[in-house]
Amino acid sequence: MNSASACRRPLTFHKLNKADYVNYKSANSTFIQINTKADFMASYENCIGFTDESKCPDETRRDFLKQSSLLTAFAITPPTLLKAAVSEWDERASAFFETVKLSIKINGNEHNLNIEPRVTLLDLLREQLALTGTKKGCDSGQCGACTVHVNGKRVLSCLSLAVMQEGKEITTIEGIANGEDLHPMQLAFIKHDGFQCGYCTPGQIMSAIACIKEGHASNDDDIREYMSGNICRCGAYSNIVKAVSSVSKGEKNA
Amino acid sequence: MINFQYIKASSPASAVTAITKDNSSMFIAGGTNLVDLMKKGITNPQKLIDITHLELNKIEKKNNKVVIGSLALNSDVADDEMINTDFPLLALALKAGASPQIRNMATVGGNLMQRTRCSYFNSTDMPCNKRQPGSGCGALKGYNRMHAIFGASGKCIAVHPSDMCVALAALDAAVNVTGEKGNRQIKFSEFHRLPGETPQIDNSLAKGELIVSIEVPANNFTRNIHYLKVRDRSSYAFALVSVAVALNIDNGIIKEARLAMGGVSHKPWRLTETENFLKGKNISEDVFKEAGELSVHNAKGYGHNNFKIKLSANSVADALKTAAAKS
Repeated sequence: MNSASACRRPLTFHKLNKADYVNYKSANSTFIQINTKADFMASYENCIGFTDESKCPDETRRDFLKQSSLLTAFAITPPTLLKAAVSEWDERASAFFETVKLSIKINGNEHNLNIEPRVTLLDLLREQLALTGTKKGCDSGQCGACTVHVNGKRVLSCLSLAVMQEGKEITTIEGIANGEDLHPMQLAFIKHDGFQCGYCTPGQIMSAIACIKEGHASNDDDIREYMSGNICRCGAYSNIVKAVSSVSKGEKNA
Repeated sequence: MINFQYIKASSPASAVTAITKDNSSMFIAGGTNLVDLMKKGITNPQKLIDITHLELNKIEKKNNKVVIGSLALNSDVADDEMINTDFPLLALALKAGASPQIRNMATVGGNLMQRTRCSYFNSTDMPCNKRQPGSGCGALKGYNRMHAIFGASGKCIAVHPSDMCVALAALDAAVNVTGEKGNRQIKFSEFHRLPGETPQIDNSLAKGELIVSIEVPANNFTRNIHYLKVRDRSSYAFALVSVAVALNIDNGIIKEARLAMGGVSHKPWRLTETENFLKGKNISEDVFKEAGELSVHNAKGYGHNNFKIKLSANSVADALKTAAAKS
């Protein structure tokens, strides 16, 4: 996937006017030539139309969304904070800005961070470390999309406070492949078509790896029960069971 | 979520001191319920005292009981070999609760302390006497399909959502706690309370008390046991009703019976009257059916949950039949 750290698309592309795409052009000349609104829209369409994001001419849709949601957050936050600060400028409001130190190992990499105690492990991964493979589904412990491994055990990162993970080892979906070689469970999900939209898939795969490790995948009923913490709204369950079962049985090219 | 001060407790005593000093502080362990409540603005502690580093996670078998540390994970207890052999009803109930991911986080003590999943309690837009005393009960005349049929009051018809606690109630467990005034033991039947006029109080813990362990007396309910959980989907859902059954059967005669229900009351609902009725009876479907009817004679529906009365009677009969058939 292309890294697009320097790429800045206009954030109001749907209301694009001439000034926007001229600015866009000047800011992004190293990536792609945009001369007209049609060019811009075409580049955007190319991005969302491809499942293989490497074909995207510059940044990916995902990076675009990251940027836009980040800026939206900036746009919304200051007045809110300001209001809180003015009306409740006491010990509690000052705690808004208090951070604590956190040392944590994620996918083998040590991180020394300063975070607010209220940050969940999920938000730390997605918002601060750009590890967006772990998905935010319900954000309330009902869907399993945010499943990661903490010290080898599957847990829900949306209900885990990051500050409580001090010194622990976290594995996310980004950390299971061996370089370019996909994890057998990833291969099995592809082979057995264990997804449709793919949003729940990182959580399903993290859960499935743990499910086998726990010894809860000896038959299909067992797999269904012990994978029940991962909801798939496309309903790809039958193929998910096939994928987990094939890895559990150690099938070649599972 | 409103930001808070975070403190790591290094001993049960320091945890108790820290919480006693500050009215707005709370303990956190697994966090599977508390973090969610904090996100929704239902619980807003200014200080969280992390107790997960305390050494309270052992599962120890003693002469006439098992003592389970309050920080033992639900999954560790559910998969413990000794628990599965000697207290299989407890293991069954644990495995029926939540999901594997949540059981890997949730602690035994936290399971006791979890709040109701009543949708009115869980939404700050709605009236709820438990969340905001005096604001009224939205469920009483609202959408109350999931709500209580036993022991409710005009102030609150919420249910306790735990599965594990239903088994613990049936097995006559006890809760060991420590606090400013020292240690004490609370009988499991007296730990959770009925809502009455003060539904905001879930249990009989005094302010600042910390659950240290749960103990279950030794028993010989190892064979004829069953945990039946009836829910809207086959896994990972809260109970509409659940039944924990433990029987001692000798030559087709019930020597002793234990029965408790979940999803039907503000606390795990022990069916002592039905237990007494079953004692000395021969195993038969008619007896089980009668036991089911007897169990719901004092049940009260609130509209949408009227179906739970018949469902409970049938579930008790069915769970008894399944437990009795095990050999």
